[in-house]
Amino acid sequence: MEHSSILTWITFLPLLGVVLLPFLSKNQEWLAKWFALLLAGIQLLMAGYIFKVFDSDLVGYQLMHGPYKWIETFHIHYFVGIDSISVSMVLLTALISVVAVIASWGIGKNIKAYFALLLLLDVGMMGTFVALDFFLFYIFWEIMLLPMYFLIGLWGGPRREYAAIKFFLFTLFGSLFMLLVMLALYLYSAGNLFDITKLADLSTHTGLLAISDSFNWFRFFCWLGLFVGFAIKVPMFPFHTWLPDAHVEAPTAISVILAGVLLKMGTYGMLRFNYMIFPDITATCSMVVAAFGLINIIYGALCAMAQTDLKKLIAYSSISHMGFVLLGMSAFTPEGISGAVLQMFNHGTITAMLFILVGVIYDRAHHRDINGFGGLFSIVPRYGVWVAFAFFAALGLPGLSGFVSEVLVFLGSYPTYPGLTIAALSGVILGAAYLLWTIQRMFFGPANEKYKDLKDISLREVFSLLPLGVIVLILGVYPKPMIDLIDSSLVALNAKIMPYIDSVHSITGMF
Amino acid sequence: MEQFIINFSWLIPVLPLLGFLLNGLPSAVGVRMPRKYVYSVACGSMFLSFLMSFAVFIVLLNMPSESREFTNTLWSWIHIGSLKADIAFLFDPLSVNMALVVTGVGFLIHVYSTGYMSHDASYARFFTYLNLFCFMMLVLVLGNNLLLLFVGWEGVGLCSYLLIGFWYKVKANGVAGMKAFIVNRIGDFGMMIGVLALFWSLYQVGFPTVVFTEMKLAMMPLTSVTILGVSAITIICIFLFIGATGKSAQIPLYVWLPDAMAGPTPVSALIHAATMVTAGVYMIARLNWLFVLSPTALMVIATVGALTAFIGATIGFAQNDIKKVLAYSTVSQLGYMMLAMGTGAFAAGIFHLTTHAFFKACLFLGSGSVILAMHHEQDMRLMGGLRKYMPKTFITFAAATIAICGIFPFSGFFSKDEILWQVFAKGSYAGWYYFLWVIGIVSALGTAFYMVRCVVMTFFGKFNGNDAAIKILVHGDSPAHSDHGHHDLVPKESSWNITVPLIVLGSLAVIAGFLNIPYIINSVFGGHSSGLFNEWLGPVIPLATHHEVHAAEWILMFLSLALAAGGMYVGYLLYTKRNDIVTKFTTTYSRLYKIVYNKYFVDEFYQGFFVKGLLKLNQFCALFDNAVIDRFVNLTSKVTVIYSVVIGWCDDFFVDGTINLLSRIVEKTGKHVRKIQTGNVQHYAYTVLAGIIVVMVIRILI
Repeated sequence: MEHSSILTWITFLPLLGVVLLPFLSKNQEWLAKWFALLLAGIQLLMAGYIFKVFDSDLVGYQLMHGPYKWIETFHIHYFVGIDSISVSMVLLTALISVVAVIASWGIGKNIKAYFALLLLLDVGMMGTFVALDFFLFYIFWEIMLLPMYFLIGLWGGPRREYAAIKFFLFTLFGSLFMLLVMLALYLYSAGNLFDITKLADLSTHTGLLAISDSFNWFRFFCWLGLFVGFAIKVPMFPFHTWLPDAHVEAPTAISVILAGVLLKMGTYGMLRFNYMIFPDITATCSMVVAAFGLINIIYGALCAMAQTDLKKLIAYSSISHMGFVLLGMSAFTPEGISGAVLQMFNHGTITAMLFILVGVIYDRAHHRDINGFGGLFSIVPRYGVWVAFAFFAALGLPGLSGFVSEVLVFLGSYPTYPGLTIAALSGVILGAAYLLWTIQRMFFGPANEKYKDLKDISLREVFSLLPLGVIVLILGVYPKPMIDLIDSSLVALNAKIMPYIDSVHSITGMF
Repeated sequence: MEQFIINFSWLIPVLPLLGFLLNGLPSAVGVRMPRKYVYSVACGSMFLSFLMSFAVFIVLLNMPSESREFTNTLWSWIHIGSLKADIAFLFDPLSVNMALVVTGVGFLIHVYSTGYMSHDASYARFFTYLNLFCFMMLVLVLGNNLLLLFVGWEGVGLCSYLLIGFWYKVKANGVAGMKAFIVNRIGDFGMMIGVLALFWSLYQVGFPTVVFTEMKLAMMPLTSVTILGVSAITIICIFLFIGATGKSAQIPLYVWLPDAMAGPTPVSALIHAATMVTAGVYMIARLNWLFVLSPTALMVIATVGALTAFIGATIGFAQNDIKKVLAYSTVSQLGYMMLAMGTGAFAAGIFHLTTHAFFKACLFLGSGSVILAMHHEQDMRLMGGLRKYMPKTFITFAAATIAICGIFPFSGFFSKDEILWQVFAKGSYAGWYYFLWVIGIVSALGTAFYMVRCVVMTFFGKFNGNDAAIKILVHGDSPAHSDHGHHDLVPKESSWNITVPLIVLGSLAVIAGFLNIPYIINSVFGGHSSGLFNEWLGPVIPLATHHEVHAAEWILMFLSLALAAGGMYVGYLLYTKRNDIVTKFTTTYSRLYKIVYNKYFVDEFYQGFFVKGLLKLNQFCALFDNAVIDRFVNLTSKVTVIYSVVIGWCDDFFVDGTINLLSRIVEKTGKHVRKIQTGNVQHYAYTVLAGIIVVMVIRILI
């Protein structure tokens, strides 16, 4: 396993745009788009390279860069690397970034600033997934907040300021706990560590953090602090109300990034920190997490069904679909945990399509009221086909990628929580209900005269959808490359939690 | 050659997929291909697929009967943990039988559609969907594992959704499609539970697998597994059966099928009569080694099947829409197939599935021919006397009707009688089956009655299509429904591409029964075969080992024949010469008639109870989200703002106030102290002296 700087490159490459774009003059603004696309494109190529060189049989971190001393006094290092939990997220981030840049083509005001912020966001996202030093992770995590706040607050809809502040404060609230836990880990680990790879070795936990036979409440609160911080990002019920607001106000491409990548940071963080550093507490609390996953699935779906704003409906469906991730990862079976990570990736691609499609109709009709359309299929048939494709992917139609991850989640969670799994399966019915009902209201029936001049989906829009659609299709019938990619570390992670798991299984058992 | 066919057997499902792509991709980019291209691709791919299926059939036939089975694995699909599911197709007598039905009937219906849809603007879209359906259906029947079966299972559901709502500009069609998909999903919910329970129960006994051929070997240890103290097999079978009630339109989930008639008639024939709706029956037959282990589950299945047969037949009495009659008839016939499954007569059920595919497809296509001639009028009260106008349609329709009624020697006689006999025979082990047999035989009587009613109303008597009074009765007095320019409608026979499939299917409906002549009839001629079809399925569905001729079997056979003939005669009589009895009956028992006419108000109950309930629940959730959770969030922010205002004030008053106070004190003190600083040297000298004196005094004193 040789060191490689590819991860540093892929992370900081967009920074070039952040630095250079402001220097463009007013009439060179078109260049900003192309430059952003170029950088995102190179990033995607690098991601392809990573996919190629990543050794999926290897357990643990690879393509590591560092650790290099950064703030020596506090043992803070620059240290990046990926394992099979994060590699799919790196691929997803690179993919969604390209898609987001294409989807931003129609942005009208302050183009330079917009793309500079978008690229900065890209740096933050990529960094979050590759950081192996808690301090570095935290920096990236916070870096994302800033561009996100401005992108919603300046380019958003009518209630953008409310939404932006809500998003900002919610996340900040969560990261505050994270900061405290980070300091606790630093203070009570042998050798005062920020290094995640070393923190995952439980023998470094000393003092208050030390694992004992009795329940360690200090560890529990540390676990909880991290968990709340990540749960807000997922977002997990009852911390989810920022999401519909943020989505409704955010411009299309930002919604795509938000749902496509940012939400996954929540569940990624849980796997990386809660699972790896506190496997004991994770095992003890898993039943509660699974129950919250179930609530997300059902509650999100029910709320989605009640919406009349298309974008809000999709936002709630995201809440529902992220519930599958929570359910799968708290089951501690190979099928469940792999299904969860696969679902993170699949939800990223599918929901990105959904938000792009919302943007397409909003750009034309200037509203998103589901009941305000009707008969669109006879006016914009190609748009209709794309919507139908994305909706059926979202409702887990077999043959498309969402089905594979959903079935793995169910298959994985059933032996651990049969009751919860059966309840969660009813989410499949609800999903079909709200998505088909939406198609019915928007596309079927007699054509609405008001929209008879609506233009069908444009070539640029198709280009932003096509890569996602192809991936959704391929991973539905041939998910092997992705499963192979994520399998090995997850099995190892599972093995790590297994020693603590007996108590969980004895509670639930088979039924 | 054989090896070649085996190696390329995957072409059977892939050819229709290819047809789907060749027609679908040009439309997707907005290119309109000529119709000749469209139908050549669509029908051609189906025909080739049928030839391939036939070739595989021949290959299997040439093998020794125990080894008639091979699997064609394309690639590995989901391999994780103990789950191993591949994209692989299993070819054995059962799946090949299904493939032949799907591709054969499918091809005929494709040909038929070239005529039926010839004036439709969305010609290419129709064939694209139809090809996709055939692909999915073939995946369903050929998949070698439960998950792949499920892919086809949901895939055909998707196509059914798309095709029911094919004429999407009419809102009701879209709603019917949506209803079909969602009701099926309710079934799938049960089926998924069944699949999960099956997989993990197999895991418990050390054989975690989803592949049919492997599962079959692990059945014995599975009998010891229990879930919550109940035999796991019973629970698994019942949940899987819930899936079948959705797809195969059994009680309580049959409600979507009659509404599905909103789709074009070829779709009703192919999807909602011949193939897709039989998927639940196929699934149970495929897993027959599992279901036989649970007599409880079988009894549930048989009971639901019998009741469905009965309910479907009775609702058929009172419908006026020709397609609705056929739809409830399908529900009823599917009930028979389920009854067969629940009796353990799997081969008989599959045989009935096959003959039903022929005669019901023929009936639907015949009704489509009538509907075309009637300019899309479906109410039978406006028809009548059509036999003179469209003889080919009439003869095939009549042949298929005799077949479904179960008159010797038409195909329905052999298949239905086999089922009823097996149900009766099982009665000697479990008395409950005698009761189910009674329901079955009564429903057979009902079938004969409503089918003849349908034929008579459509083809006999005088033509009512131009009768203004009946039109008003049927469609109300709305001027909107004016017939264009008061041209009298003269029905005429359909074109060759419609009648040829009718003739082929009608002939099959007549002769297919000879494929499975029961032992009892064979024995008269000195034969010992228990039916070619049963023997063909033997490797998948074990044959009953010994078979004795019972007098009872003869008696029952004649009894059911007599009942069918009687039902037909009564139907003929009531709807030709003695129509007054019908009128009298419907007026004296108007309440009963209304209940049956309104299909027992099941739809209304579902709508009021489940749909409304769900809508209320999601309104509540949305309200809760806004008024409780989000209000709490906003409240927190408000409290924070108020708190910060208070703090700000405190900051101003106390913190800043203290500082200001201090500064004022310093300032004031300074003002006074400043006066000491006079600039006069003598003053300073005195001060210094005074200081020294004070210091000295202190030192001396201490």
